[in-house]
Amino acid sequence: MNTKNKNKFLSPGHNACSGCGQLSAVHAVMRGLTPDTIIANATGCLEVTTTAYPQTSWGLPWIHSLFENASSVASGIRAALDKQGNHTTKVLVQAGDGGTYDIGLGLISGMWERGENILYICYDTESYSNTGIQASGSTPYGAATTTTPNGEKSVGSTQVKKDMLAIALAHGLKYVAQTAAGFPDDITNKVKKALAVSGPAYIQILSPCIPGWKINYDEAAMMGKLAVKTGLYPILEYTNGKLSASSINANFKAEPVNTYLKGQGRFKHLTEEDIKHIQSLAEENIKKYRI
Amino acid sequence: MKKTNIQHRVKDHILEGSKAIALTINNINLDVVSAYPITPQTHIVEDLAQFKADGKAEYEYIRAESEFAAASIILGACATGARVYSATSSQGLLLMVEVLYNISGMRLPIVMTCANRAVSAPINIWNDHSDAMAVRDSGWMQFFAENHQEAVYQHLLAYKVAEKMSLPALVNVDGFILTHSYEPVSIPSKSLIKKYLPDYKPETGTYLDPNNPVTMGGFFSSDSYFKTRENIVTDFNLSLQEIKKEYRKLKKVFNFKDDSNGLVEYSGPKKPKVILVTMGSLAGTIKETIKDYQEVGLLKITTFRPFPSEEIIKAAGMCENISIIEKAVSPGSGGPLYSEIRAAISQTGKRNIKNYIVGLGGKDISQKMIQKIIKDSRNKGKQITFIG
Ligand SMILES: Cc1ncc(C[n+]2csc(CCOP(=O)(O)OP(=O)(O)O)c2C)c(N)n1
Repeated sequence: MNTKNKNKFLSPGHNACSGCGQLSAVHAVMRGLTPDTIIANATGCLEVTTTAYPQTSWGLPWIHSLFENASSVASGIRAALDKQGNHTTKVLVQAGDGGTYDIGLGLISGMWERGENILYICYDTESYSNTGIQASGSTPYGAATTTTPNGEKSVGSTQVKKDMLAIALAHGLKYVAQTAAGFPDDITNKVKKALAVSGPAYIQILSPCIPGWKINYDEAAMMGKLAVKTGLYPILEYTNGKLSASSINANFKAEPVNTYLKGQGRFKHLTEEDIKHIQSLAEENIKKYRI
Repeated sequence: MKKTNIQHRVKDHILEGSKAIALTINNINLDVVSAYPITPQTHIVEDLAQFKADGKAEYEYIRAESEFAAASIILGACATGARVYSATSSQGLLLMVEVLYNISGMRLPIVMTCANRAVSAPINIWNDHSDAMAVRDSGWMQFFAENHQEAVYQHLLAYKVAEKMSLPALVNVDGFILTHSYEPVSIPSKSLIKKYLPDYKPETGTYLDPNNPVTMGGFFSSDSYFKTRENIVTDFNLSLQEIKKEYRKLKKVFNFKDDSNGLVEYSGPKKPKVILVTMGSLAGTIKETIKDYQEVGLLKITTFRPFPSEEIIKAAGMCENISIIEKAVSPGSGGPLYSEIRAAISQTGKRNIKNYIVGLGGKDISQKMIQKIIKDSRNKGKQITFIG
């Protein structure tokens, strides 16, 4: 359907949850774009909540194909544009952590390998939100999801969150960054920077999920901020493979993970010992990403 | 007996089937190629890569890391207004299945070649039609070529009808038998192709373009999904006439004659006692064999999707004994072609319709076997027989 007369890249009127962290992050991303952009979107909450046919929230050319192939679809878009001699139109991928860390990973690797000028954005809700909060490779230790429930014999997820940034860096990407909902200006800024780089770029945005994290509808931004302040999800930026900016800098004073964890239903079963373990994960981050 | 092979002016070259297809594809004004290697398809995409490397090709060649990616890449390119191509076989085609359904549902006029090969397990690289049958219901038109020349022309026909009807098309060529063999073949020139197949220019507002933003692949309710599927079926039915019409044009532009109408080709006596039905290169073997039989005819199905029921009834409906010889089987049922022909012909009265499964995994199909089938065709016994 033609969306030319939409004045916004993402109009209000979608049917995401009130206070959705992902949608607020998307708005911040859109502010970093120009109209000369094409979006390939993976299956997931963002696609489902913005495109209920015959309506659409998108004012930019936008395509959804499948859950795992948004990166390859973007490669095809890039190739078609290049063939037209159009090297200026930007191509953007949007996907959740399920589409990124898990089912789409091989195809993302292929896209990065080819060195194509495509910006990939992962909205990291730390679970498959769309299908009812199942665990992904991004689900952190101790989080209860519907496929890693807590119970008498289970702490919830026992996996360690996969290091997607390291995977991106291993592909030689010139721009790799991590940020969080709750920092809209930082998100917009990073999108602009990433688009200025020629070649593939990756931005991962922690996007608190109201039903998934079992938080109140007005807490997504706050949870994003807390994740950063505890060191569990630092704001990071790598240019040409080097850590060029980090929220763990001279001004950084870590808040204990306790406040972050206690505020979320997905962690409410954790024991003091579990919390200690997660505190140690935050401290590892603080060591690793301090600049 | 009437000669039924495509009668050509002069065949310009003696070429490997894969090379003939690759040269034809390169003569089409194409924008994006993406592919992944698998035997017996590989020569086609290697040739296309070489043309590009030699500066003899205009398309973008995107090396994919899997068939799933290759199909997704051409999907994205086609959705951006590009004419695209890929080729695959067997496991590769099956890996693409999810994308194939997506392509047809989005009404993208993509053309691919399938170098038909058996499907694992057990692993086997030789020719049969199991792969094509596995994607039978994916919403792709399917053509089957008997020889190199027909394969060449079917690709042009496929693009023409695909772009007119907004439906994707798969051109099936028997792995090794056609892809790796050498035959005299003429490759249509760029200028002649352009006369038949003009450059691809999708309508504004139907593809991804920042000047005319559209949303593609949105979330459909049951009502709109149902309607969309129904529309595809309607257009598949309409495409039957379109294929016939375009095949007539094809013959005119490229100046050749044959007995095919683009959907089916009958060769044999006016009132046969037995009609053999098959698809692909096996038609050649059968044509040779039935030269010695006055009462036996061959119905070659060149278009499997859309399924040309009417043409089949017209050509074979009045014949008492109809034997379908095919290189695929649906376990728990019979050969897929057999099931569909039986369904079509059952409308015309009691017929002795039999099914012979042959050549699975590339098992040789000899003239002796065809003779045996002809002999058995009039027996009323067992309906589905494996001959191997
Ligand atoms: C091949 C395939 N497997 C499974 C699904 C079902 N599915 C749709 S969305 C989704 C989860 C999406 O999770 P994520 O990528 O994290 O995005 P989110 O919804 O959290 O934004 C799943 C499992 C699918 N559509 N396709």
